[in-house]
Amino acid sequence: MLGKLDWSAIPFDQPIPLIAGAVVLVAILGVLAWVVVKGHLPYLWREWITSVDHKRIGVMYVLLASVMLLRGGSDAIMMRIQQAVAYQSQGYLPPEHYNQIFSAHGTIMIFFVAMPFVIGLMNLIVPLQLGVRDVAFPTLNSVGFWLTATGALLVNVSLVVGEFARTGWLAFPPLSQLSYSPGVGVDYYAWSLQISGVGTLVAGINLVTTVLKLRTRGMNYLRMPMFCWTTLASNLLIVAAFPILTATLAMLLLDRYLGFHFFTNEAGGNVMMFMNLIWAWGHPEVYILVLPAFGIFSEVVSTFSGKALFGYRSMVLATMAICVISFMVWLHHFFTMGAGPNVNAIFGIASMIIAVPTGVKIYNWLFTMYGGRIRFATPMLWAVGFMVTFIIGGLTGVLVAVPPADFMLHNSMFLVAHFHNVIIGGVLFGAFAGFEYWFPKAFGFRLDERWGKAAFWFTFLGFYVTFIPLYAAGMLGMTRRLQHYDVAAWRPWMLVAAAGMAVLTIGVICQIMQLVVSIRNREALRDRTGDPWDGRSLEWATSSPPPVFNFAFHPDVRGEDAYWDMKIRAQQQLLGHDLPEYHDIDMPRNSPTGFVCAFFATIMGFALIWHIWWMVILGGLGAFATFVAFAWRDHDEYVIPAAEVARIDRANIEERRNLVSMAGAV
Amino acid sequence: MLRPAHCARLALAVQEPFSGDRVCCRSFLALGSVRGFPTAIGPPMNLLDPQGPVAAANSTILVDSVFIMLVIVVPTIIAILAFAFWFRASNPKARFQPGFVYSGRVEMVVWAIPALTVILLGGVAWIGSHQLDPAAPVPGTGSPVRIQAVSLDWKWLFIYPDQRIATVNALTVPAGAELNFQLTSSSVMNTFFIPQLGSMIYTMNGMVTRLNLRADNEGKLQGLSAHFSGDGFPDMMFDVNVISPLAFPDWVANTAKTDAVLNEESYTKLMQQGVERGRPVYRLADPRLFDLIATQHIPPGPGPEFTSGAGRPHSGGHDAR
Ligand code: HEM
Ligand SMILES: [Cu+2]
Repeated sequence: MLGKLDWSAIPFDQPIPLIAGAVVLVAILGVLAWVVVKGHLPYLWREWITSVDHKRIGVMYVLLASVMLLRGGSDAIMMRIQQAVAYQSQGYLPPEHYNQIFSAHGTIMIFFVAMPFVIGLMNLIVPLQLGVRDVAFPTLNSVGFWLTATGALLVNVSLVVGEFARTGWLAFPPLSQLSYSPGVGVDYYAWSLQISGVGTLVAGINLVTTVLKLRTRGMNYLRMPMFCWTTLASNLLIVAAFPILTATLAMLLLDRYLGFHFFTNEAGGNVMMFMNLIWAWGHPEVYILVLPAFGIFSEVVSTFSGKALFGYRSMVLATMAICVISFMVWLHHFFTMGAGPNVNAIFGIASMIIAVPTGVKIYNWLFTMYGGRIRFATPMLWAVGFMVTFIIGGLTGVLVAVPPADFMLHNSMFLVAHFHNVIIGGVLFGAFAGFEYWFPKAFGFRLDERWGKAAFWFTFLGFYVTFIPLYAAGMLGMTRRLQHYDVAAWRPWMLVAAAGMAVLTIGVICQIMQLVVSIRNREALRDRTGDPWDGRSLEWATSSPPPVFNFAFHPDVRGEDAYWDMKIRAQQQLLGHDLPEYHDIDMPRNSPTGFVCAFFATIMGFALIWHIWWMVILGGLGAFATFVAFAWRDHDEYVIPAAEVARIDRANIEERRNLVSMAGAV
Repeated sequence: MLRPAHCARLALAVQEPFSGDRVCCRSFLALGSVRGFPTAIGPPMNLLDPQGPVAAANSTILVDSVFIMLVIVVPTIIAILAFAFWFRASNPKARFQPGFVYSGRVEMVVWAIPALTVILLGGVAWIGSHQLDPAAPVPGTGSPVRIQAVSLDWKWLFIYPDQRIATVNALTVPAGAELNFQLTSSSVMNTFFIPQLGSMIYTMNGMVTRLNLRADNEGKLQGLSAHFSGDGFPDMMFDVNVISPLAFPDWVANTAKTDAVLNEESYTKLMQQGVERGRPVYRLADPRLFDLIATQHIPPGPGPEFTSGAGRPHSGGHDAR
């Protein structure tokens, strides 16, 4: 009846996950109870859960990422403490638990923090920057988000029901095969990623289509803000790479469920094929994450330097070069598999070549600052912190791309330091910069600068104190994923790294404080202009937060930095907008499709993990029925009458006028 | 900017990988001092303190690559901080040039700097990959020693087919001789790595990888697995005893006196999941044992026993404690 599921799935003998799970459960139930009692449920359902508004979906993505960041961060703290204490002892985490933690940490941070964070920001901002009213496929967008949330949910369910994978975040066979990992851990891993992977693919298709097909008048490719370009590149990579991941995991699942032999030791299976396939997705994946961050920094550096981006065309070229080359370097993740000198050398050199466009980007930001008038608001601090940190990560990246050097550094703590250096220093700093920068746009008030700056400094310093020691430990031969060790020389570095983790934690606390304080003071921090940073691209041309339809009429773009242009022209002609003629606007209707689909996908995923076949069928049929119901819908749009559009837009213009005249009076 | 000394050392490293210059590697300020830490348990595994030609060449390339990159990275970081500081809005002396958004000359330089660096490093990578290919011979004194390494769950088996002996978790080799490794795995993937001897390589079931090394100085080194392989993975550390070539035959003779015999049967016992704290030694009954393992005539080792029904296997990792 319940497949493999019974009471022994609950780890009553392991207090840590049990307590952690209980705390999370109580928190979730508490929030739910509060929502229901206060009567917020209908509001949530109407305005968020069924929303197909790209802004709302973007916000929900970022919220998901932030919550999961706390989960992944707790894992990180536990690992750092374990390695600090597990010298000549077993520490406090037994191997079966420690191994789950590092596997979950990697999986969560990549798939459920970094990915939703950047996808959320792209969702939120790209249509605004393109001057359009929505993404290409609004309902699909909601489906994508909810499927990602399903994956995240399943990973967290594994905390209390069963176990998570103990194989590392890429579940290499044969270790991940049924014979060596007979538990449900790998199944949780694989099904979570299969389901959220569909969500990611859908988001990728949606954003590619949006950039290619939906641009406002005059917004030709070479006038798009840099963030739109990096969004395009990143999502092209998603569309090309994620199917590889899906296929690879599908083959692994076939091995595990139906006795196939794709990646087994026996019967002609080939584990090296898994290595190739997973990295053929895995390397593009790191650029999927970092390209949007590059875009965010381009926006931030140019805005806060008060200048257009230096070498815009060069930047476009660099972005697209990275997009293409990142598909040709995957082998650098297993130079030590014995491929032979020619293969190693060619892939090593190809990997280094990526550093060229990346370096060009750094220099272009540098020259954007040159001759600028730089305001050090929090987003700009993240940007400068990023430039410095990312160069170091790039250096060590190129170093491990030199095969003879990698022969000593592969899988070491040095490698761990490298990729945290680029992922924290690049992706996470970028996400935080984007968060600070666009928060006023999304919510209509700014974030508190003092807490924001404190968060930056603690995170920045905490990063170095945590990860420089890992470089050193790697140079002392320390390999990754050690649950305990007896080598005295590694110990001091592990202690310093643990201390660094404490500093990083303070950074996160500051970030939370910033949010709390800003929400409290939101009236004082209110952004009435829609343009709090003196921005340059179109998202600043509308109010904060923007109306559902984003723009009352499609902006007319005449060059790069569209909004900056408009501001200049408005100044010269000494007038605001001329009174435009308003039209009715068609907007997509809300739809519960995404949520309902994900609900059934969750059931199906859970049932697949536990071999509860009737429930698999139930979930599958439910999801399919949802899809059919959606396909049969009659009304998918509603009309906002011209009068209403006019009212909203005039109120907005009025507010800006008042501000301008008030400023004039002073 | 590139100091001639570095270029010379680089050339040395790539042309003559086995004469890598150790002194230079040791003298690095920050990391060099790392060696000063207490080494109560086992010797250090400092990559910058190589004990053989492969490691010396690896680490020379490593260090030189870092220096080549630092030549552009350090000025760039300084420029970032300097520009950010000088062009701050509150500095009245900085000239505001909002029109400075394109310059063909700057663009040229900007593409050229990383490109040139990469061309230089690409050369290092190309030559280095060939000369330091794990399978490339590493000439030494005396006759080469053949060693067949098998990663088990979670221990290392070293078979000396010519000496007809085998050891677990301890590798004894003569200084100065070429060491020819053939490697495979009894079950999951692992990576064979002796940091101070250089170049690591994967071990995979049903396949044989090759690696040639040489240890130049007598002493105790340490090796490990550098690819996560399950619950007992941290206990896959092994001793490396580098002894004098004269003592090696004695060691072999002594080892061969053991009663324990390694054959298919005892191997099958050995490959069960579990951690080995001792350093057992065996007489090798059949010199073809390694081939039987590598060709899967002996089937791959089993996984954990499945004691609890639901999803959470109990594994040999418990033995570790
Ligand atoms: C300058 C460009 C870069 C180069 C040349 C480079 C090179 C490499 C190489 C050769 C490896 C494999 C080393 C090994 O396994 O021994 C590696 C690992 C890795 N890199 Fe980079 N990298 C670069 C930038 C980045 C960026 C921008 C990111 C992410 C945003 C990133 C994320 C990672 C990750 C996650 C891994 C390790 C994955 C694992 O083994 O679990 N790298 N990098
Ligand atoms: Cu890569």
